Amino acid sequence: MIVSMVLELQDIPGQLVLALSPISEFHGNILSVIHKHDEKTPRGTIPVQITFEIEHRVLNNLIDRLEKSGVKVARVGEERLRSTVSIILIGHIVHSDMGDTIDKIDSTGFAEVVDMSLSMPAIERTSSAYLVINAIGEKELGKALDIMKEVADKKDLLLIEPIRLNSVGL
Amino acid sequence: MRIVNISIIGFGAVGQGVARSILSKKEYLEKEGIDLRVVGISDSKGSEINTNGIDIESTLLRKKEKGSVATGTENSLDIIRNVNHDIVVETTPTNINNGEPGLSNMRLAFESGMHVVTSNKGPLALHFNELKETAEDNGLLFRYEATVGGAVPIFSLVHEALAGNSVTGIEGILNGTCNYILTRMSEERMPYDLVLKEAQESGIAETDPTYDVEGIDSAIKLVIIANSIFGQNSTYRDVNVTGITKITPEALELANENNYVVKLVCEASGGMLRVAPRLVPKRHPLAVGGTLNVASILTDLAGRITISGKGAGSIETASSILSDILYIVRRS
Repeated sequence: MIVSMVLELQDIPGQLVLALSPISEFHGNILSVIHKHDEKTPRGTIPVQITFEIEHRVLNNLIDRLEKSGVKVARVGEERLRSTVSIILIGHIVHSDMGDTIDKIDSTGFAEVVDMSLSMPAIERTSSAYLVINAIGEKELGKALDIMKEVADKKDLLLIEPIRLNSVGL
Repeated sequence: MRIVNISIIGFGAVGQGVARSILSKKEYLEKEGIDLRVVGISDSKGSEINTNGIDIESTLLRKKEKGSVATGTENSLDIIRNVNHDIVVETTPTNINNGEPGLSNMRLAFESGMHVVTSNKGPLALHFNELKETAEDNGLLFRYEATVGGAVPIFSLVHEALAGNSVTGIEGILNGTCNYILTRMSEERMPYDLVLKEAQESGIAETDPTYDVEGIDSAIKLVIIANSIFGQNSTYRDVNVTGITKITPEALELANENNYVVKLVCEASGGMLRVAPRLVPKRHPLAVGGTLNVASILTDLAGRITISGKGAGSIETASSILSDILYIVRRS
């Protein structure tokens, strides 16, 4: 999961390392650090917003560790559904139970269909749908796409997915 | 002046395009110090042989008037076996079932000590490695730029211009007919059947369009790319293929509203070969329209390199063939 935390650090040298090292100890992958020097809190501390990827089960231990080492954890929020993909489905989408198709993604817990437009030209003709799927990370997004492919296959729908855009490291 | 003797085996649109290009480039070739002579031309009905060089103009006229170049009964294999020349230009039609007659022509050419330049996809999609090895074993050159992307120089770009790079993946649009149909459907909001008919009437699609619209042609080209660039030993059966026949104008409209176009994209990466309709962002270099072809090559050093151009046409394809002929002349 991807977590965004606001920590409050004392305005003395070495505090940032104190905040970051526990995250790497718990094998967190730090994505961004925003050090808000000019936004001192009334308590005289400096807020730092850190976004990182970490296993869900170690999150509470991490917070404990941070608090024990004197870093105040002001806010913890999960950055859900950070990755996104657009797809098109063609076929008898409604008659093959669109609700069920969406459920298959929503029930994963790591991905959701967040947008959908449907075009049904005539009863006997195939319809087309544009869907946006969001997921908590790229890996999960890949899994969600695989589920979608399986469903499309079973329901005889044509699934059109995007080209791999930033596929430098294919 | 260096005399280079070639034969043109197969005298359809591509073969005739090669002949016309040689005629129109006479001065250029002379400046390069090359006297390019066509000593044998064959089509399905017979052949013409002249060891001093065929008068191409009159052969083109005879082909137009009589439907054949034949002045004699020797066939393609006779020319390759018996007429002494340097390069066999193999432009017979693609046969994806067994690669013939191109396969036998190429095998015999290598056995007879001749270089081969070809536009024929069949033999390469079925026996790429065998042909490549036979050429190498005999110290001969095997050039096939015209098999993929028409005028677009994909292979020389990768093998020569990008030498030293490792190619990590390729995405491309390699079938002009499909690209034309999808572009028209999207721009005119017309259904597939209607656009296909229009494409057939204007000669862009074949009477039997299966080969193009089911993605077979794209898959064959992808196989040649995989074998040539990634050193794979793939055949048509290794490609996961979906064609464009199920695409609706509504799907294209939905894509358009969200800043995408739908293209039949060939993808080779990580050993996986796939031809399928894909969403391409409108401003992406792969989003070329009409009958254009495009290839986007991902490399470790140069990053992404994308080239596009005309994927078919008699003279355009001849451009690739002529370039291959000159490559051989300069290196042999």
